[in-house]
Amino acid sequence: MEWRWDFTFEILPRMLWATLNTLLAAGVGYAIALVIGLVFLLGQRTPYSVLNRAVRECVEFIRSTPLLVQLFFVYFVGPQFGIELSAWVAAMITIGLHYGTYLSEVYRGGLEAVPRGQWEACRALNMSTARTYSRIVIPQALPASLPGMGNYLVGIFKDTPMLSTIGVAELMHTANALGAETYRYLEPYSMVGFLFLIISIPTAAWLRRFEAWVSRSLGIVERRH
Amino acid sequence: MSDPQFPLRLAEDGVMVRFSKVTKRYGDLTVLDNLDLDVTANEMVSIIGPSGSGKTTVLRMLMTLERIDEGVIYVDGDPLSHMERDGALEPASEKYLRSHRSKIGMVFQQFNLFPHMTALENCIEAPITVLRLDRAEAEQRALDLLGMVGLLDKKDEHPSRLSGGQQQRVAIARALAMRPKVMLLDEVTSALDPEVIGEVLNVIRALNSEHNLTMLMVTHQMGFAREISDRVCFFYEGRIAEQGPPEQIFGEPQNGRTRQFLSAVLDAT
Repeated sequence: MEWRWDFTFEILPRMLWATLNTLLAAGVGYAIALVIGLVFLLGQRTPYSVLNRAVRECVEFIRSTPLLVQLFFVYFVGPQFGIELSAWVAAMITIGLHYGTYLSEVYRGGLEAVPRGQWEACRALNMSTARTYSRIVIPQALPASLPGMGNYLVGIFKDTPMLSTIGVAELMHTANALGAETYRYLEPYSMVGFLFLIISIPTAAWLRRFEAWVSRSLGIVERRH
Repeated sequence: MSDPQFPLRLAEDGVMVRFSKVTKRYGDLTVLDNLDLDVTANEMVSIIGPSGSGKTTVLRMLMTLERIDEGVIYVDGDPLSHMERDGALEPASEKYLRSHRSKIGMVFQQFNLFPHMTALENCIEAPITVLRLDRAEAEQRALDLLGMVGLLDKKDEHPSRLSGGQQQRVAIARALAMRPKVMLLDEVTSALDPEVIGEVLNVIRALNSEHNLTMLMVTHQMGFAREISDRVCFFYEGRIAEQGPPEQIFGEPQNGRTRQFLSAVLDAT
């Protein structure tokens, strides 16, 4: 089987269009996961032990089961309980919950990287809890969390092909469809891989620059000798 | 009913800090055992003793970094660890602590400066956000204090660019910017290189002579404690084993434990 450039260019517009859907799914899914991660984090830090425990168990459960199973469960089992969601909505909820659990751990790690003495200094200066977080703790926790947060952005992006299984029209889904229509698989799947590659690599580089920029602008001076 | 042992307000004038029958435990370990300690306004009290004797715990409880298990702490006449409710004392709420904690300031062994802020920003953060000073006023206050500790030229430096001694002097200025009545110094020279200890001690000397401050200082600097203190308390196993003017504690200690401790410490130096 030989590579056919004419076929490649013929399917290129559809593949690029699907790339936009992939980016949209990853972007929206990530945004939801960022927020849900925060909700999980706060749930685990509340002084109410029942809520605290419930959130921990929930996080543990989600983290211990595969994304694909969760996706199928929400999309195919949900309707049997009267919860009918479109493929897109089911996908975004599932990715948000699944990666939210991981991101809550990233946030927690960032918070724990802030020395206890910083909290005590805030208390000694009689600062409110809200001020302590917003002015002292988060500016120090954020740079520590960013590498992990960036990894999961790329992670979600690379997991979007799973969404093809429930019919979200992203790259993989489109490649599958093209293969079924034309019986040619070499070009569509190669292009999927290539498109992921040329998006992932610059994104990773851009994330590293972003991390450095955030550290600088928050005044966390990196000591380099 | 109010317990006569723990009045809702102290009757005596001039007592700035009172620990009344205070006990603190960590699990089975009793760190402070039924402690009674009065500190008069403007008094300089040094707390010495072997590690694990509860000396730092005294400061941490007074700063409300930790709760006490029994007894009551009073500051400036009012209960601090407790608050009045229906004529009796109950453990203070977080809100009550916030409204009464401002009388106390603390300087830590590890400085605990905010690393993402300059020396000046460290000193104006709480005055602006907690005391609600306007920025110009907070800056003026901070600049005066940074001048007092001799670091006016370092006001725009981040802590990572300052030596340990300089960081500790900024930390002192930061605590003073809140205008506390009681200043707690927790082993403030222990993390410092020997050659910069002197600059921090000089600042504390100046504080003691020029400001109306009640000070409690946990220290291993026996010479400094002897020179500067009005009173020295020797802690042993969660109790004050001996206290008195520095001449007595260092000159003719009455308690065997005190003698043992001092000879061990002074031999080492």
